[in-house]
Amino acid sequence: MINEEIGAAQRAEFETVIGLEVHVELLTRSKMFCGCRNEFGSPPNTNVCPVCLGMPGSLPVVNRRAVEFLCKTGLALGCDVAPFSKFDRKNYFYPDMPKNYQISQYDMPLTHGGAIALPSGKRVGLTRIHLEEDTGKNIHGGATIAQSQYTLVDYNRAGVPLMEIVSEPEISSPEEAEAYLAELKAVLSYLGVSDVKMHEGSLRCDANVSIRPAGSGELGTKTEVKNLNSFRSVGRAIGYEIARMRESAQAGERIVQETRGWDEARGVTLSMRSKEFAHDYRYFPDPDLVPLTIDSALLERWRTELPELPSAKRERYISTLGLSAYDAELLAADRASAEYFEAVAEFSKSPKEAANWLAGDVRRSLQKHGIELTDTPMKPGQLAALIAMVKEGAVSGKAAKEVCDVLVAGGGDPKAIVAERGLAQTSDASAIGAFVDQAIAANAESVAAYRGGKEKAFEFLVGQVMRVSRGKANVDVARALLKARLG
Amino acid sequence: MTAGHEIRDAVLRHERSALEIADEALARIAAVDPKLNAFVTVTPERARARAREIDAAVARGDNPGLLAGVPVAVKDLFCTAGVRTTCGSKILENFIPPYSATVVERLEAHGAVIVGKTNMDEFAMGSSCENSAFFPTRNPWDPSRVPGGSSGGSASAVGARCVPVALGTDTGGSIREPASFCNVVGVKPTYGRVSRYGMIAFASSLDQAGPMTADVRDAADVLEAIAGHDPMDATSVDVPVPHYASALRDNLSGVRVGIVEEFEHSIAGDAALAQLYAGAYGTLRELGASPVSVCLPHARYGLATYYLIAPAECSSNLARYDGVRYGLRVADGGDVYAMFEKTRAAGFGAEVKRRIILGTYALSSGYYDAYYVRAQKIRTLMKADFDAAFTRCDVIACPAVSCPPFELGAKADPVSMYLMDYFTIPMSLAGIPAMSVPAGYINGLPVGLQIAAPAFEEARMLGVAHAFERATNVVRQRQPVVAADAQGTGAGSRA
Amino acid sequence: MAEVPIDIAHVSRLARLALTAREAREFSAQLGKLFDYINELQALDVEHVHPTAQVIPLHNVFRDDVVRPSLDHAAALANAPETDGPYFKAPRILE
Repeated sequence: MINEEIGAAQRAEFETVIGLEVHVELLTRSKMFCGCRNEFGSPPNTNVCPVCLGMPGSLPVVNRRAVEFLCKTGLALGCDVAPFSKFDRKNYFYPDMPKNYQISQYDMPLTHGGAIALPSGKRVGLTRIHLEEDTGKNIHGGATIAQSQYTLVDYNRAGVPLMEIVSEPEISSPEEAEAYLAELKAVLSYLGVSDVKMHEGSLRCDANVSIRPAGSGELGTKTEVKNLNSFRSVGRAIGYEIARMRESAQAGERIVQETRGWDEARGVTLSMRSKEFAHDYRYFPDPDLVPLTIDSALLERWRTELPELPSAKRERYISTLGLSAYDAELLAADRASAEYFEAVAEFSKSPKEAANWLAGDVRRSLQKHGIELTDTPMKPGQLAALIAMVKEGAVSGKAAKEVCDVLVAGGGDPKAIVAERGLAQTSDASAIGAFVDQAIAANAESVAAYRGGKEKAFEFLVGQVMRVSRGKANVDVARALLKARLG
Repeated sequence: MTAGHEIRDAVLRHERSALEIADEALARIAAVDPKLNAFVTVTPERARARAREIDAAVARGDNPGLLAGVPVAVKDLFCTAGVRTTCGSKILENFIPPYSATVVERLEAHGAVIVGKTNMDEFAMGSSCENSAFFPTRNPWDPSRVPGGSSGGSASAVGARCVPVALGTDTGGSIREPASFCNVVGVKPTYGRVSRYGMIAFASSLDQAGPMTADVRDAADVLEAIAGHDPMDATSVDVPVPHYASALRDNLSGVRVGIVEEFEHSIAGDAALAQLYAGAYGTLRELGASPVSVCLPHARYGLATYYLIAPAECSSNLARYDGVRYGLRVADGGDVYAMFEKTRAAGFGAEVKRRIILGTYALSSGYYDAYYVRAQKIRTLMKADFDAAFTRCDVIACPAVSCPPFELGAKADPVSMYLMDYFTIPMSLAGIPAMSVPAGYINGLPVGLQIAAPAFEEARMLGVAHAFERATNVVRQRQPVVAADAQGTGAGSRA
Repeated sequence: MAEVPIDIAHVSRLARLALTAREAREFSAQLGKLFDYINELQALDVEHVHPTAQVIPLHNVFRDDVVRPSLDHAAALANAPETDGPYFKAPRILE
């Protein structure tokens, strides 16, 4: 295997094999095994109780909604939901572990199989999805982790329900990995089971990366890459790892199976050799919990409760609403975005316009103001009204951009904003006719040049009409009238 | 000392005040406990405050419940909010839980007055109370002897008549064996009958809380008070709780009593023991019961099976004691793992360490199937033995112990101590209810009769025990050497 | 008496329990007799027997997704051997 890897790399005929393990915090109100609030950002150690602190005598009881969320995720991804499932204890010691075992699922996870369909059409198979509880958070005291003299622990996160989604090693490139995560994020946000914010830790990803001779059926030595904090980091880290492995192989070095941490600042992965201490987790069925039996009637009921999923939505946007594939993908990327778009499309009756605005100016404004679509005070109806105004010619496209920016930042009535800022556009033919006459009268040379065949002179004259009208003339009407008068 | 139900009746009839009763119990404890060391923590102020509340309720015309005014001692394995709960261990020596176990809340909701926390083998691991990190408890029948374990303090407190009722826990025999040793009634309910929330875990699939009382009637009332579904315990069963007292009977006609061949064979060599139990079975027959011979062919594997499953579960349950969130911490400037190792080395006694090692091994990679899984399969066979036996009998009657209480230090070899659980382990593994009721004396030392029944048939089991108790009156035949009289004016001293 | 097959050094590290050499020797000796009994189990034919996962036949025990009061912050930290502000404090983790 080693010689084959080297030989293939040297021939540059190798392929990349990537598997992703994604942990998703579920959006239940309470924790997995107790009634403490499941909330990010609370003051430390305020959402804790004897159960999630692992106090003596405490016992776990399963949160029904966490099971429902996982099963709905499984149904949405085409998984087989196991009719019989159980919880196991995963035993290891760490300060953020209140019981020094984690309640998880080992050999009988809630789902098997399934797949994530990427927009490119490729399907990445899933191995399994299971439920477990999250750990607390360690904060290292001291200037750097290496210098830290002590550890501070916050158990607010301990016991939050986690869904672990394991993919088959069927992803072939960093781009595909990012596409996989984007699609997964979309599905999860549509289902409402997670707020999928990597920067808040509600979605975490580890990557298993290996290379092998092209066409080989066997898997090469893999490394596990951790500490990936954004979709982009995932792509970059995998890219780095592949390059590193390729270089290693070409240099005749053996690839070591190990865990490596991504260093975002330096753009490299570094060996985390100490994590190699072979954990013997001593899994055994948790005697404090009883098994789960999910019957088909319940599954069918949950299936009927599933919303339209991202791939179906994209398809509908393209074929029924006439959107481009690019816009469809962008707008369907998460539930908030899709719902917003659909509302604007509904109110304005102009899905393509709505798409253009949302994918273009609205997106730019949001970025400029550093907010998300979910944060803007602009209501879908307000954007729809602006779109209507542009259609009617009540405001020019250029002016509308300014209005849009104001709406994104502070909401409001587009008509009122246009009026306040004097951005109203007139489409009145007689008024514009007067401007046209004025421009013609003041620019005899350009008129002559145009009539003499110089096309550019026309644009200059259009500009003059706009100037005379102080930008208020509907430019299309102005063009038409100008053309008519010049002959 | 009067029985719990007599105290309750007197309180409800306004004949006695709960405060007066609490004071008497506290006086008895003060007089007698220095000789026994049954208590780790006595809670006089809390008890009096509670007693006053009971009296106020009674004065209002309310009925505080089945245990109104009854003084109760609680094994130090049950969390009691605001009251030190040590589990017999240095690692929890100063732990004050912010919450109470469900069974403690239920006792108090029924009017019980908790007077203190009793001593126990550390983390419920032991059969003599000698594994307590603090001190051994002594047997009121002979203070040079053990009270049994792990609920030794509770058994001793009731046996010495400090309190009529105590709460214990039973994992492999830890209520039944000390009950036998101290001449009291001790009941291990069906697994799942009583909530485990707030009960410091030893072996999760085996632990059960149960009453230890002066008589069967009190055991019935206490069981009724504490049993029942608890939403905080996913393994507690939602089955209605009968009024157990109405199942208590005086004769046993129509009852088929199973006598276990293998158990009788194992005591055959001990003449005194064999005679005592033969006499007990004879009494049952005289009461109208029909003895039936039954077999438990896998009972002989009980010890090995139990000593794989219980340590495995405990090795995981005790991992949380690491010095971070509560309990003892031993740190000397090293890293956190060094702190874990030193804390646990200093905080756990030898028996606990032995079982953690054994249990960790039984679960470890490469050995899990051979040990833990195999033991759980044999457990299935043992349960099947009982299921088969109960098609031919209504209850099983058998020895609770293989000997009367032994002297402190007599069983230094751990495995000889483990053998004390021989008769009680099979019922624990099968999850069925079983109890010990005083059956007689050997050389003046008490021995109990064990009665077991099918799952959730506690009423039937208590009924048989009650009839036996009435007919034999064992407890009234003799007095313990260390005993408090009713007013707590000190121990009698008998030759 | 059976030989105790346990690699005590390895197992005590898994259990984060620092045993002295003397304790390790003693435990090994003491558990030998227990292994006499344990080894008897190997002879039983249990191939077609299911392990007891639970003695009670319960499935699907849940709680509703309802928030319940948490512990008061002071109570949560009250038993902690060491705290730092609102945090539990422990020695450093050496990676």
